[in-house]
Amino acid sequence: MTTTTAARKRYLSDNPRFLAGLFMSPAVIYIIALVGFPFVLAIIYSFTNISTGNPELDFVGFETFRRVLADPVFREALWNTFLFAVMANLLVVVLATALAEVLIKDFKGKWLVRFLVLLPWVAPVSLATITWLWTLDSIFSPIDWVLRELGLITENVYWLGRPGSAMGSVIAVQVWRIVPLAAVIVMAGLIAIPSEINDAAAVDGASSWRKRFQVTIPLLAPIIAVAVLFGVILSISDMSVVYVLTRGGPTNSTQVLSTWAFIKGIEGGALGQGAAVALFLLPVLIGITAVVLRLARRREVL
Amino acid sequence: MAVVEVRGLRKEFGDVVAIDGVDLRSEEGEFLVLLGPSGCGKTTLLRMIAGLEQPTDGEILLGDEDVVGLPPRARRIAMVFQSYALYPHMTVANNIAFPLKAQGTDPAERSVKVQWAAELFGIERLLHRRPRQLSGGERQRVALARALVREPTVFLLDEPLSNLDAKLRAAARDDLMEFQRRIGITTIYVTHDQVEAMGMGDRIAVMNHGKVRQLGTPEEVYHHPADVFVAQFLGSPPMNLLEATNFLFGFRPEQFLPEGIADHEGDRVPFTFHVNRIEYLGSERYLYGHIREYDETKIIAMLPATVTLPIAVDQNHKFSVARDQLRFFDRDLGNKIPPQTLNP
Repeated sequence: MTTTTAARKRYLSDNPRFLAGLFMSPAVIYIIALVGFPFVLAIIYSFTNISTGNPELDFVGFETFRRVLADPVFREALWNTFLFAVMANLLVVVLATALAEVLIKDFKGKWLVRFLVLLPWVAPVSLATITWLWTLDSIFSPIDWVLRELGLITENVYWLGRPGSAMGSVIAVQVWRIVPLAAVIVMAGLIAIPSEINDAAAVDGASSWRKRFQVTIPLLAPIIAVAVLFGVILSISDMSVVYVLTRGGPTNSTQVLSTWAFIKGIEGGALGQGAAVALFLLPVLIGITAVVLRLARRREVL
Repeated sequence: MAVVEVRGLRKEFGDVVAIDGVDLRSEEGEFLVLLGPSGCGKTTLLRMIAGLEQPTDGEILLGDEDVVGLPPRARRIAMVFQSYALYPHMTVANNIAFPLKAQGTDPAERSVKVQWAAELFGIERLLHRRPRQLSGGERQRVALARALVREPTVFLLDEPLSNLDAKLRAAARDDLMEFQRRIGITTIYVTHDQVEAMGMGDRIAVMNHGKVRQLGTPEEVYHHPADVFVAQFLGSPPMNLLEATNFLFGFRPEQFLPEGIADHEGDRVPFTFHVNRIEYLGSERYLYGHIREYDETKIIAMLPATVTLPIAVDQNHKFSVARDQLRFFDRDLGNKIPPQTLNP
């Protein structure tokens, strides 16, 4: 019986172990080449005094970290990073939760609103931030123009030129950028709440505020935690908004760790110190991630 | 306690007419069942009474007050949902207390009432658990306690037993009936399960395509169906329907008996029944076949286990139906008509 022998023949593609390896290899290669390798390199660099002028790997132990910590700019950047991440994400939570409620409502032109809400997220971050750079320009800012026409100010604000308003501006732009992602995550959570729970709350006599704060938001908490996790990680690790708007200025008042690492390591050539700055918050980020994910899971099985 | 009444109720979702002119009035303290196939509008009707949907047209009266336009919380109704819809993040005690908090009951009175409701349903020992830690039957009791703790005037139930397994369902049905009798609250109960409807309802409203086809006691809707739909929706197996010259007539499978079993019982109409297949189900036998004079139509006869008469397959048998058990329907409209003469 020829058919049986043909059917019995084993091909390499019948082997699940081979197939698994084959299908996973693009992702694995990608992660190793573009994430794993630079990550390991950064760890190695942070224990050397390597610089663009002296590309030799001389291990100096924690000397690089000590020097980075001694720098007052670093301490300012650390505080700014904290302020930036916390303030931005507090605003993101409130705005995203409110926006998500709008997004799931059924109304005319819903697709247009959804599109506009998502726009900041799909636009390339540097391009979008350059638009903000013009919007907040010291001379031509349309915001200043409107305020002036309304008679609220007599001279321009110089949004990015003064320490306080510069910090406010970078936080605002960061919020503008992260809110769509958070809103979509929260919206997914809202959709996942069974409609009978909302009906039950209505029949049980809950006003819309009571329903929101005692039913909807507690049920959303795990999802909001995930949105915050993404937001915090993006705010701490991504330098685009601050770098494009202020480069950390004026006088380091908006300097955050990610921009400081770039300025120190790439622009200043001190590769070892740049790597040390960049890695400084890694343990903190890992800690936050572990705590948030655990919380989210516990809420899930409650 | 209050009477629920709807008048000329209509509900349209876009082009779809979910409720097409319903008039219905419950009695005081009655257990009224809305029965129908899925999509017949029974849940929509219940949700409109609850205030979760607004009617396109018509009136809804709760205790003689028109409540159309009032939000659910202003209607003093309680509702139990198919999934029970317990708040998963709250303990059982907080679930039951939620409607009381919403209406601003003070904490001392609140805990007394929660205790009362928990005792009523025998769930005192579960008060500190969360819904996830409860079995299906326990969840149902919590849902009932939460619904009744406010002492509502009308009690609405949307297929509350359909999430329970068969064994639990019988016990839960029993419990539910007992609570309803004891509290004496007007109850509207939605189900697609005719056994539940027949067993629990004081009256049944049989619905189809957004209309109430018949409203009556279980005996009335079963024995005197108002139309062909009701005749064939109720009963398992359903009523046999045959087409005579210019009308339809039907009879229940259990009324169709072989010669020699019920001959002495008055005026009977004889038929020649050709049996194709027999299903033996323990407590009864189903005989599938057709009547010679009405060749096309399939007929089912149901013989109780007490009838031990042997029936041979692929042969003609003499069967008969009591004349007063024949039901007649208009051939085109399907509605009930007075008895006609059969001349086969």
